[in-house]
Amino acid sequence: MTDVHRTIETVWRIESARLIAGLARIVRDVGIAEDLAQGALVAALEQWPQTGIPDNPGAWLMATAKHHAIDLIRRNVRLEQKYETLGRELEIEQELREENFQDNLDQDMDDDLLRLIFVACHPVLSQDARVALTLRLLGGLTTDEIARAFLVSEPTIAQRIVRAKRTLAEARVPFEAPRGAERVSRVSSVLEVIYLVFNEGYTATAGEDWMRPALCEDALRLGRMLAELVPNEAEVHGLAALLEIQASRIRARVNSRGEPIPLLEQNRARWDQLLIQRGLTALARAEKLGAPLGAYTLQAAIAACHARARTPEETDWARIVALYDALAQLTPSPIVELNRAVAVAMAYGAQEGLELVDELLDEPSLKNYHLLPAVRGDLLAKLGRSDEARAEFERAASLTQNQRERALLLERAAAQKGT
Amino acid sequence: MQVVVFVKATPESEAGEMPGTELLTAMGNYNEELVKAGIMLAGEGLHPSSKGARIKFSGKKRTVVDGPFTEAKELVAGFWIWQVKSMDEAIEWAKRCPNPMEGESVLEIRPVLEASDFGEAYTPELQAQEERLRGKLP
Repeated sequence: MTDVHRTIETVWRIESARLIAGLARIVRDVGIAEDLAQGALVAALEQWPQTGIPDNPGAWLMATAKHHAIDLIRRNVRLEQKYETLGRELEIEQELREENFQDNLDQDMDDDLLRLIFVACHPVLSQDARVALTLRLLGGLTTDEIARAFLVSEPTIAQRIVRAKRTLAEARVPFEAPRGAERVSRVSSVLEVIYLVFNEGYTATAGEDWMRPALCEDALRLGRMLAELVPNEAEVHGLAALLEIQASRIRARVNSRGEPIPLLEQNRARWDQLLIQRGLTALARAEKLGAPLGAYTLQAAIAACHARARTPEETDWARIVALYDALAQLTPSPIVELNRAVAVAMAYGAQEGLELVDELLDEPSLKNYHLLPAVRGDLLAKLGRSDEARAEFERAASLTQNQRERALLLERAAAQKGT
Repeated sequence: MQVVVFVKATPESEAGEMPGTELLTAMGNYNEELVKAGIMLAGEGLHPSSKGARIKFSGKKRTVVDGPFTEAKELVAGFWIWQVKSMDEAIEWAKRCPNPMEGESVLEIRPVLEASDFGEAYTPELQAQEERLRGKLP
């Protein structure tokens, strides 16, 4: 690849979201907008190697795509009523005449980006489709990159994106940011997608690597972007805080062989203090904006308890238990209960924790969840019940899909001395 | 990956000349773009080296030298820390920066080292040792 091509690829990564968002406002169809943006990219690939990179490559791409949009509208009058079409054309031409339209339309651009995020995470789409579309349209990832991140084939992702765009068009999803009561649920749909992407990077559900940090960085970037676009939603900052603090541990949570290191055994000197500070700032913003605290903010507050402790012994476990209490009330789930049990064990003793874990043994949703026997094994080991602990670690190893995690669990099983 | 972007000092910045309103505005807008794109982790401007100090090491000896220091172009007037996908992306963003000084100026981008950057010489055994050593730090 030549230097120019590499530059074009980079410009695309930086500009594509704003480009697609701006075009989607004009043509009111995310699929067509992306095609137009791609068309501009092709034009750049053809022309820039000869003409050189323009001073403002983003503006060049936008202007080119808008000219394509006018052509398209003229050719395809069925796209809209003719009257409306004429108006749209004038609108685009007006924008093209405004010299510094990029500066003038900064606020509009932000609004367009936000609309694009809401549309990409629209509830009419399946969770998988929302993730793929968000990474593609907002994250600037290629289908190949998304496919590799989620360990599926490229045609699968390509097809998923094509179908998603078709679904949006068929459902006539407007290119709008939701207002009123709908807004809350739509914001949480966006947060869910970002958190899902982060988690797939943070603890891969399958494959050889236990973490895929690049995916975490993509999610973080989306989270930070959203925090700027929707500064008044507490949970947006709550999620940003949660991601920053969790990401601060990335360097510390695997050893040189790629095996996971549990939180309390991590070398805290390797935690990224810059990300921790950013996380604590975002958490403070979330707490200031909204009481009662939402689920992401509560989880961020829990993560912050760990981040603030210089040594594991300094951890404020009683506060963590209280935060899990609040979380369990807000979003009751066996997983939250399991985590709460761990905190209780740390705050008040392994026996107390084990009693809570045992209450979860009949929980159907945890039947195949490897962390239940893993936690139970840990508590049993602390209580000196080695045989039972070994059996639980072995069971946990048989349940996890991740090879690194399995190795660690088998190691812990082997370390239990028979009684 | 993280990169540090250094704004190199100039005779004017070393003389303590503050940027004008126009430049401050342009820089403010640029920083806003960086934040909105989710790539800016931190960034600060620095006082001239006349307010700084150097600690010189020679064996066990330490000598404190107060600023100012000569060779303005070797000095730093400010920095950012960015999270980017690649050096290419960092370069592309840096090109969009308004000229950070009134006259000629230089930005220097330096990627932050990661364990994998040490290459094959940095064996798993050495890495494990490093982890053990780090674990002993307070």
